[in-house]
Formats: sequence, C-alpha cells, structure tokens
Amino acid sequence: MKILTLKKVLTVTLLLTLLLIFVTLFSVMVGSVRVDPVRSISILLQSLLGLTGTETEMERTIILSLRFPRALLAGLVGAGLSVSGVIFQALLRNPLADPYILGVSSGSAVGAIIAIFLGLSALSFGLPLASFAGALITIGLVFYFGKQEGKIHPNILLLAGVITGSFLSAIIMFFLSISQKEELHTIIFWLMGDFSFANPRAIGIILPYIVAGFLILYWKSPHLNLILSGEESALQLGVDVERLKIVSYLCASLITAASVSLCGLIGFVGLIIPHSARLLFGPDHRLLLPASALIGASFLIASDTFARTILAPVELPVGVITAAFGGPFFIYLLRKRKVVKTL
Amino acid sequence: MIDLRSVSFRYRQDWVLQDISLRIERGEFIGVIGPNGSGKSTLLKILCRLLSPQKGEILLEITSLSEMSQREIARKIAVVPQEAYSLFPFRVVEIVLMGRSPYLGHLMFEGVRDLEIAKKAMDWTETLSISERFIDELSGGERKRVFIARALAQEPEIILLDEPTANLDIHHQVDFLNLVLNLNREKGLTIVMASHDLNIASEYCDRLILLKGGRIYKMGPPREVITRENIEEVYGCKVWVDENPISGMPRITLLKKGER
Repeated sequence: MKILTLKKVLTVTLLLTLLLIFVTLFSVMVGSVRVDPVRSISILLQSLLGLTGTETEMERTIILSLRFPRALLAGLVGAGLSVSGVIFQALLRNPLADPYILGVSSGSAVGAIIAIFLGLSALSFGLPLASFAGALITIGLVFYFGKQEGKIHPNILLLAGVITGSFLSAIIMFFLSISQKEELHTIIFWLMGDFSFANPRAIGIILPYIVAGFLILYWKSPHLNLILSGEESALQLGVDVERLKIVSYLCASLITAASVSLCGLIGFVGLIIPHSARLLFGPDHRLLLPASALIGASFLIASDTFARTILAPVELPVGVITAAFGGPFFIYLLRKRKVVKTL
Repeated sequence: MIDLRSVSFRYRQDWVLQDISLRIERGEFIGVIGPNGSGKSTLLKILCRLLSPQKGEILLEITSLSEMSQREIARKIAVVPQEAYSLFPFRVVEIVLMGRSPYLGHLMFEGVRDLEIAKKAMDWTETLSISERFIDELSGGERKRVFIARALAQEPEIILLDEPTANLDIHHQVDFLNLVLNLNREKGLTIVMASHDLNIASEYCDRLILLKGGRIYKMGPPREVITRENIEEVYGCKVWVDENPISGMPRITLLKKGER
C-alpha cells in the first residue's frame, strides 16, 4: 500500500533540488556575456571555497555580483509565493486563492508607490522597506476586520481581504493618475514585478521571513491536510483549528510581504505553481510544501532568465513572462487532469 | 463512560439544549431522536466538544471534557460526519490514516504501526479493496464506510454518528448499520447515533433519547420511548405504532390525512 513516507519526501526534495541547481546554473551562464558551463561552475565553486582560478575578473563579477544573486533572489521569491499560495488555498478552502487575494500585494504596492513619490526609492533599502511596511499594515487591518467574536471565518476573512484590497487599489489608481512620466514607468514596472529593482544585499533581509515561515508551516502540514476537509472535521481529529488558522494566515502573509517587497507584484506564480505541484505530487502538504517551494523557485529563475535575455538588451518585467507562459501551461494541465472536484 | 450533568447550551439568544442530564454506559448503543431543531446535532457536537456548553459539565470517565485537549478527546471519541468533502481529493488510505493524527508524534509521518491499524480498520469496514481510489470517485455508501474506517483508526472508545443513513439506499443502510452493530457488539465500542429514522433507531439501539425543544422528553429502551402517545406529542403528527413481527421491537407507520 502506497503511503507518504519521509523517504519519499526526501527523494522528491532531492530531485527537485537538482532541477533547481540545473536551472540556476543555466541562468548564470546566459546573458549579454555568455559564460560557458564549466567556467560558471568553477567560478561558483571557487567562491564557495575561497579560491581564485583562471577565469577573467569580468566573468567573476558578472556571475558572482550580478547573475547569481539575482537568481538567488528569484528563487527565493518564487519559493515564497508558491508556498504562500498553497497555504491561502487551504486556509480559505478556495482553489482560486493566491498570495495576493487578501490585499497584501495592494498594501505593499501603496507603500512602494509612496516611496517612489517621495524619492525614497533612491535610497538602497527605501523601496523594499516602504513596501514591506505597507504590507504589514494591510496584514494587520485584514486580520482585524476578518475576525468575528475572536475567530477567523474563512469567508469573512476573504471578504475583508478583497475589500481592503480594492480600497487600496483605488489609492494606487489615484497615484497613477497624478504621477509624472518617469514615476509612472517605475510604478508600472513595480506593479508587474521586476527583478531589476532588486538590491542583492536585501536577500539577507527577506531570507529569514521566508525560511522561518516555511518551517513553521511545514511543522503544521499534517494539520493543513485535515483542514482541507473542513474545520469541524479537523477539530474532531484533535487539531487546534483557531490557532492553526492564525498561524498559517500570519506566516503566509509575512512570506508574501517579504517576497513582493523586493521585486514588486509578480503574478501567477502563487496560483499556478501550487496547483501544478498538487497535480504532480498530490494534496498532502508534507510533500506539497517542499515540492511547491522548489518548483516555484525553478520556475521563477527560468522566467527571469527568459525575461532578461529574450529581447536583450531590453529587459522585460518578469511578470509578463510568468503570465504568458504560466497561463497556457496551467490550462494544459487543467485540461489533462482535473485540479479540483469543485472547480 | 459519559456523564452529562444539567448541560445547557445556546448559540446566541435561545437555549438549544436545556438542562440535559444523562449517563451513557460503556458498550451501549444509544439513539438520539427528535424532530428538526430539537437539538440532536447540537447534543452530538457537545459530546465531542465542537461546542462547549454554557452551563453544566460533561464527564468522560472521571475527567471533565472541558479540561481535556482536543487531541486527547480525539483519542477517545471519533465522529463519522454526515457528509464529508475535501477541497482537493485524497486517496482512501490517506483519509483513513488521517485518523491516526491524534497520535502522530513530532516526526509527522505515520509509521508501520499506524499503517497496521489503518489496514485493520479498512479490513473491518471492507474498504481494503478500494484503498487506492480517490475519495470523490466513491459512491455514498463506500464513502460512509471509509469515514467509519477513519474513525476506527482513531482507536476510540466512543463513536458518534450524525444521521448515518441519510442519502443511502436501503441496501446500504442495512449494510452500514450492521457494520456499526458489529463494532458495538464485537469490539465493545460505545455508539451514539442521531437519526431521523425511528424504525432504524428502534431496531438497532439499546436505549433512545427523545428530544423535544432542547429537553429530554423521554429516555429509555425503544419499547418505552417509541409509543404512539410520545411520538404524536413530540413530532406533532399522527402515527401508527405496532410491533415488528420479526424482532418484536416497536414499529412505526406514517398515516395519511384521514387514516385511522
């Protein structure tokens, strides 16, 4: 009888990690200057071991200061958005849920836009900090509005989030309508999601949120399975449902906030990666969470590589690529196998 | 086994259950009957602490239910839901293994022993042959048996059933109830079943609790509870009660307008 074992989770994790390494290597190789695979690997290994080799200084700079940090960031954001998408779908028991559904994205956009208007985006951490602050305020507000008699009701939380999100969208529109041409370009790119904003040094700031959030959620993964069949059912099997909802809401929201603060609102990843991973590996969160994180990371690194090379030297916002490729691929999966009974 | 001491519960304003006192002995098969809104489901929800009563207390053996953790309760009391769905479909064996979650340690994965218990539960409920199927592909009767298997995997002492025969055809009703009766007689499990079907309650239960407006109207063996007077008074409709010629238990027949 096939049941999920730790061994299977580790095997899948290992295989998907190999895929991730492969995609990352490909990503650091290609670009305006092409560095061949052997040299790329040797540069990365040398820096890991603190050695220097025969490669040119330019190649080293391109790989170690530009492409590798960017791939790392894309991977981290892809993993974060995918995990938080999985959680929001389970928490709200809604297959259409994604990391942005409860307004975190709009809050973070308002923060970012205000920073752009005030010229804070010139400071090294101005834009991410402002957008993170905007997201945090939104998380708090939605949590406050979404609670009733001290309890979270998924549908009320959903309504509170969607309505807060639309209110914030109105503020975004207002800023768009009064902004000048240069600001407008920056804002639009931020709203579409773009890694060229990203300051590689900021990776260290978002990493703890994403890693800690993931670990806490993973620890709760057996309970997340039970909540898919409804709260009463989970309660009857011994789950402290109210605490589970609060913990998963806060973790998934913080992961989203950290992810979008550096690179804007990259769409689609948080919706299609969870569903794709579920089609491939089933709905058990003990396997689904690591699988989604790794697939999401690979997908976003690949998308970003595409975005910066396809029309080089022009860089497209990565959000364009994720939507353009993710959408059709998802429809293909959807037609091939059913995603949800109720969809 | 379970002791309810003047338990009262309300959602907002009106009391849904009032001053309920009763004792359920180990190994009993109890039926909870009464019209819609009489408090049957609420009583079951209170027994597994989905709801906590505002007044009175519930003792499980000697421990108050309110002092136990949800996990401890789940090891003693299992619930077979009326209709279960899952947003994303799991396989049968995965659903049954979920019954082990109140025992799951920090490793978070079911071990060999858990799988053994789940297999035994599936054996009892004759669901071994469908263990690899997805839950949403099963018929209503099969689904019910899977959820009994999940309940058994919890290794409980008490199983609560809410309207277990709703939406089942007569064949599956009898199959399912015989399975439950087996668990009661052979494994010594205590069963508490809420039902709208008075004939089923009369045939299978040792003792019936007849609720009216949130209070116990009558409690006792089927012969004492299912009488014409009691049923007409509580349900407010005309019925005919005679004896089932085979089992000798009271049997109820609904009457059309103008009959009798």
